[in-house]
Amino acid sequence: MNPEHRRIAAKYLADKWRWKPLEYVFWLAALAAVWLLPSHHLILNEIMITGLFAMSLDLILGYAGIASLGHAAFFGLGAYTAGIFAIRVTGDPLLGLALAGFASAGLGFVTSFLVLRGVDLARLMVTLGVALVLGEIANQLTWLTGGADGLQGVTIAPILGKFEFDIFGRTAYVYSLIVSFLLFLIARRLVISPFGLSLRTIRDNPLRASAIGTPVDRRLIAIYTVAAAYAGIAGALLAQTTQFVSLDVIALHRSADVLLMLVIGGTGYLYGGFVGALIFKGLQDVISSWTPQYWTFWIGLILVILVLIGRDRMNLAVATGLARLRGKPAPRPRTIVGDR
Amino acid sequence: MLTILFDGIAYGMVLFVLACGLSITLGLMNFVNLAHGVFAMAGGYASAILMNRAGVPFLATLPFAFLIPAAFGLVLERTLYQRLYNRPHLDQVLFTIGLIFMSIAAVDYIMGSQPQLITLPEWLRGRVDVFGVQIGLYRSFIIVVCSVLVVALQMILTKTRFGAQLRAAVDDQRVARGLGINTSLVFAATFAFGSGLAGLGGALGAEILGLDPTFPFKFLIYFMIVVTVGGTSSLTGPFFASLLLGVADVAGKYYVPSLGAFVIYTVMIVVLVFRPHGLFVRAR
Amino acid sequence: MTPALETIGLVKRFGGLVATDNVSFRLEQGARHALIGPNGAGKTTFVNLLTGVLAPSDGQILLQGEDVTQLRPDLRVKRGLVRTFQINQLFAGMTPLETIGVAVSERMGHGGDWWRPAGGSPEVIDEIVDIATRFHLTDVLEERTSSLAYGKQRLLEIAVAFACKPRVLLLDEPAAGVPEADRHELLSTVAALPRDVSVLLIEHDMDLVFSFAERISVLVNGALFTEGTVAEISTDPRVRAVYLGESVDE
Repeated sequence: MNPEHRRIAAKYLADKWRWKPLEYVFWLAALAAVWLLPSHHLILNEIMITGLFAMSLDLILGYAGIASLGHAAFFGLGAYTAGIFAIRVTGDPLLGLALAGFASAGLGFVTSFLVLRGVDLARLMVTLGVALVLGEIANQLTWLTGGADGLQGVTIAPILGKFEFDIFGRTAYVYSLIVSFLLFLIARRLVISPFGLSLRTIRDNPLRASAIGTPVDRRLIAIYTVAAAYAGIAGALLAQTTQFVSLDVIALHRSADVLLMLVIGGTGYLYGGFVGALIFKGLQDVISSWTPQYWTFWIGLILVILVLIGRDRMNLAVATGLARLRGKPAPRPRTIVGDR
Repeated sequence: MLTILFDGIAYGMVLFVLACGLSITLGLMNFVNLAHGVFAMAGGYASAILMNRAGVPFLATLPFAFLIPAAFGLVLERTLYQRLYNRPHLDQVLFTIGLIFMSIAAVDYIMGSQPQLITLPEWLRGRVDVFGVQIGLYRSFIIVVCSVLVVALQMILTKTRFGAQLRAAVDDQRVARGLGINTSLVFAATFAFGSGLAGLGGALGAEILGLDPTFPFKFLIYFMIVVTVGGTSSLTGPFFASLLLGVADVAGKYYVPSLGAFVIYTVMIVVLVFRPHGLFVRAR
Repeated sequence: MTPALETIGLVKRFGGLVATDNVSFRLEQGARHALIGPNGAGKTTFVNLLTGVLAPSDGQILLQGEDVTQLRPDLRVKRGLVRTFQINQLFAGMTPLETIGVAVSERMGHGGDWWRPAGGSPEVIDEIVDIATRFHLTDVLEERTSSLAYGKQRLLEIAVAFACKPRVLLLDEPAAGVPEADRHELLSTVAALPRDVSVLLIEHDMDLVFSFAERISVLVNGALFTEGTVAEISTDPRVRAVYLGESVDE
């Protein structure tokens, strides 16, 4: 064996999991915002939570190729679980977070069997259907969920008994940032592992994945369950930091919005969800300041253009631009974590 | 009881006229057009504007409710849709959601967010008593019109040259092309026609379904249920699915308001999982 | 000796159509065996039955003497029954390095490992490079599979299967569509497959069959028509009539 080939191969694989400069920039910027943008903590908190939610969708769409139009089912279940738990049992946020994660993971596991078969359209409709059913349940169980009025009177105890939630959203943002970062670290490990690699083979070609000995169904069930847990925790964060849960958390437009954000930010590199959430909420903020309530027009337009140009080509252009910025020749299309 | 059945059938008929265009585009071009409701909305608004601003009587607005969305559909198909025929479903879904967003905001901007009112002519208002059953006149009108449409559609599909070409293209595009059928033209014509039908459905149904800028999103789920449950290989599947959905929805809302939507969505999931090609399609 | 792979009375019906008709077939240990037959003879169905993509209507499949008739496709692979595809089935967005790597780690039982980075262990890397060298892929290890030349993709197609450490390898028209210039490279790798791998070659190309195989089975209308050595089959007038006659015209 040629040792040179071995060295190249080892380096290539090691490069895949090394932290890139932009990744440090991203998380340091998010941290710096705690001190630098004190008046924006409420919106930053929302962006962070939405970004985490979109990242959970990236795990199934970007890595495993499962398109979902009902991912808010898990977000909503997590939010309601955390809210109801806080009202009826205890206001401890971490316990609520864990419980919400488990509840959504459970739902994810059960419904994963529905998305195993079928093509894109069937999956889109089934996931949409699950979210609709769940939304209908939340709407009807008024005694538990508050129905259309929403869940009132959620009070959350200080985190670890020390850090109280303030009206400026500072604690909330730091809390969401830390939780999101920890979950991101786990997800990052997961997508560069052999498990993560095998998900990408399933996304690219399930027939061959099975022909090299990959238990396709099990892998899909596993990642769908994990993604559901992530979405549930994101929902719980929203319930805890806003101390309110309404039917909005599970509505169709939330599933659609999160899909849009992820697509705008780019799939298959974990940061797409956060970037998309930032762009989406930022645009919403800017555009609605000059055309209030019509801002969806522009989001729609962006989406139409994005699809017409081609999502892959768009991502490639951005990656090339970034490489050029750093003064390096633009190499092959490669993204930050893993590969597309 | 019979009144509810009657109302449900009328409702289902409108759903069918609204959704059958979608079923054909999905079956023919394998294109998931979530923005189908936009064309229905266009028809509804065309009718409402002509009636309320120009004073055109309701019935006279109906041809326009067909033609305007059809023209609109033709332009969009030629310029945008046809570029996406071979893309993954997800891209098509994203694209058409984008169109929905744009249309909702645009209609809201131009017409305002309030619901549009359709004034029915005197002779279509009210109910009559037939053997003890309360029958709405407008609903009878809808049933008659839609039945005529269904029969006409079936005739077009089975008896005309265009229908034969369309069926050939649905069966196998490559073979159809080999037979000298201009599939691109068939696609465009079908898309325009389906859009026109949706517009007509939007105008006819405005009284029952309501009409405001959120229409494309509100009824999206109903269209998709009709198509997924009915299948896309024929018109009869979506037709029965529409009737079933219409009756189930009206009856559900009347008898078990707390369970109605729940049952419909659950049925959709079950059908999708066990009969992915539709309830009325024989398993292949 | 126990055959590497054996079918006993294998039947597959699609409605009224019998696609595989009572096939009893033996692939000996270390065999170089070819399965030929005219188009529509049921070769693809037979392969799909062997690999578990289709469930047989009747009959048994034995792998190294053990009944695998009811086993899931991925578990058959784990037991050493691996196939390649006539039309490339690769992972377009991944590099050959990753593609081979995923097969290697799946075989080593690391496939469900979600905590350690892929390629973290030296033996995985060693094996990837080993296989890449064997299949002439070292110069394209870091390129996207979709941008590889067709001949290289064809090599990768076999390399992935080889990475699963097959004991029985089903090669489905390995040279299909490969340009003349790259053919030699491909055929030499096939010829150099280790002797402890039993190979079943499903093939149209008679030159390849005669140069590679030691035994030949002929499938006609879903049933085994005849079987024999290369010399027997190539001189059998009945085979000529049903099969070779057609193929010479190609």
